Amino acid sequence: MSIDTSSTEPANIQPVDPLTDGINKYDFRTETKAVFKARKGVDKEIIHQISDIKNEPDWMRQFRLKSLEIFESKPMPNWGGAINIDFDDIYYYLKPTNEQGRTWDEVPDEIKETFEKLGIPEAERKFLAGVKAQFESEVVYGSLQEDLAKKGVIFTDTDTAVREHSELLREYFGTIIPPEDNKFAALNSAVWSGGSFIYVPPGVEIEFPLQAYFRINEESMGQFERTLIICDEGSKIHYVEGCTAPMYTSESLHSAVVEVIVKKNARCRYSTIQNWANNIYNLVTKRAVAHEDAVMEWVDGNLGSQLTMKYPAVVMAEPGARGEILSIAFSSKGQHQDAGAKLIHAAPNTTGQIISKSISKDGGRSSYRGLAKVEKGAIGAKCNVVCDALILDPESRSDTYPYIEIGEQDVSIGHEASVSRIGEEQLFYLMSRGLSETEASTMIVNGFIEPLVKELPMEYAVELNRLIQLQMEGSVG
Amino acid sequence: MTDQLKIENLHVSINEKPILKGVNLTIRRGETHALMGPNGSGKSTLGFAIMGHPAYEITEGDIFLNGESLLEKEADERARAGLFMAFQRPTSVPGVKMADFLRHSTTNVRNPDRQEGEDLIAMKEFRKELKEKMAQLQMDPEFARRYVNDGFSGGEMKRAEILQLAMLQPKFAILDETDSGLDADAVRLASQSIADIGGQEMGLLIITHHDKLLVHNPPDFAHVILDGKIVETGGAELAAELHTKGYERIRAEHPSEAATP
Repeated sequence: MSIDTSSTEPANIQPVDPLTDGINKYDFRTETKAVFKARKGVDKEIIHQISDIKNEPDWMRQFRLKSLEIFESKPMPNWGGAINIDFDDIYYYLKPTNEQGRTWDEVPDEIKETFEKLGIPEAERKFLAGVKAQFESEVVYGSLQEDLAKKGVIFTDTDTAVREHSELLREYFGTIIPPEDNKFAALNSAVWSGGSFIYVPPGVEIEFPLQAYFRINEESMGQFERTLIICDEGSKIHYVEGCTAPMYTSESLHSAVVEVIVKKNARCRYSTIQNWANNIYNLVTKRAVAHEDAVMEWVDGNLGSQLTMKYPAVVMAEPGARGEILSIAFSSKGQHQDAGAKLIHAAPNTTGQIISKSISKDGGRSSYRGLAKVEKGAIGAKCNVVCDALILDPESRSDTYPYIEIGEQDVSIGHEASVSRIGEEQLFYLMSRGLSETEASTMIVNGFIEPLVKELPMEYAVELNRLIQLQMEGSVG
Repeated sequence: MTDQLKIENLHVSINEKPILKGVNLTIRRGETHALMGPNGSGKSTLGFAIMGHPAYEITEGDIFLNGESLLEKEADERARAGLFMAFQRPTSVPGVKMADFLRHSTTNVRNPDRQEGEDLIAMKEFRKELKEKMAQLQMDPEFARRYVNDGFSGGEMKRAEILQLAMLQPKFAILDETDSGLDADAVRLASQSIADIGGQEMGLLIITHHDKLLVHNPPDFAHVILDGKIVETGGAELAAELHTKGYERIRAEHPSEAATP
């Protein structure tokens, strides 16, 4: 059964009443055009609906159904943060109608102001606000696509990839993070929608960062997006996802899955900066497999949300592989960032590094949770973990949960952790030079994360600094 | 009217321990004052209290800048009003580049009414000025890209403080042992630099054990502080005497202050 939402209204898909459903002030839908949603909750019927609407091949439908069973059978994680989600009270699929164009004028002033304050590029603002079409970045996007296509690079949304690159996608999809991995990976596998699919052919190097927001379409940023990146032998890319503007979803659960395959001698860097609205549970599974002499780097910045649980992982599967994870977490009032990283040394002479920086203020809680694992046979593995926490006031909290599992003798493992508080002397020093207390604390915080920020593309670094400034304003004194 | 910094019967405690016990001192812009005294007599405390360090509690007396009390003002407001202190041991701020820090502080001090988030002084002009000042102080341009006082040698720290003084051009500057820990050449360079950047146009309060810094910045007044009080004031000859003969005569003439450890 195929459902075309633009024509007749199918059973079980209810038009949303714009008056009663437009409660969320960050919902940009216009009042004149209805959006179609599957009903609340998740079951087989919903899965069939999603598959029907997407017109998916049967294998994906079966994958979703199997994943649903796994999701239902798995218990909630009993570690990390407190999760209080009513799974029956969530919309799992929302299909924007074809007519659902919003204009910039329809975006609430409040959101525009935030974008303005953050200094986000015009194109990105409109994208974030869900404004479609007619601006410069389309041109950028067009020429970018052409250039990439010439090199044989595929850069599209995952839904399109299921239809147009089915064989390639199927070979890797769910192999790095199978639905059995954890409850939320299973949920994502069942109801996923959107996300990026990237394939880089052997030997192709893309010099500029590929940014998710170049890929403009309405399915790019969902609650359950699914990203798959395949870097073939000797290729090189830097993918940048998300941005520092606050991201709003109508539902309180965001659960993504990101899988990356880095083949022999290839190099992949994946940078994410996300700033979620304060009601969001952000529960994300990210994992990469690095093959012989391949390099995988995660740069992961987490701000906002009610609870974030995210531990980007690198499995160094073949000799000489290298994994590097840089993580920044900023937690403020009512927020818990349970962030960290995992390194799995599964082959000889593999090298891994984790650098984690967390900041807690106004009663926020940041936890570092990391795994450094050396499997038997991974002779000569080197693994180094550094985690630093900065606490801005006595109400805030920081915890460190390092897990180390060593199954081999001839390896080198290092772990350093530090916790510091913003010192009176630093504040006084900067203030004695004319900086206000807020400016001075912001500068100290930005200095604290500088080693990571400088790894980001310029415009993201600037945005992150501005965002922190925004978070810091009025927070002290 | 000449700018005037007036300290009146100042009593200061740290952790409820009295350190300053009634200091009176008036500095006019253009004057150089030397503040001398043995260790622990309260020299640096006077500097921190003037600058508004929150740990220094003023229990009595007042500090006025052009007749206006500074006591209710935070350190940043005092800086914007034209006060500066070159610290003996400036704290490090890892991850913050000297140039970024200086651009912020220079902007705020030059535009005292600037609100947070308003524009900084233009990058191009700022860089040009910073480069000139650094050349004048014989500093490697690379220095601007280093993190504030992070891993600096003693000499580098002192020069960084003088660079800030040069950029901020305050009305009044307290130099807290800007010569300590420096070798003879470095002291000569530092003291020459202070004169070169227009120190004589500021009101200077030079805290020192020695008179080396005073060679290029001859004091109009020298004050001796003993147990939290200024016990004697004279001219350059007093500074010279203390340098050559030490504090014996002063102690003998002020036995009660000298007796307090």
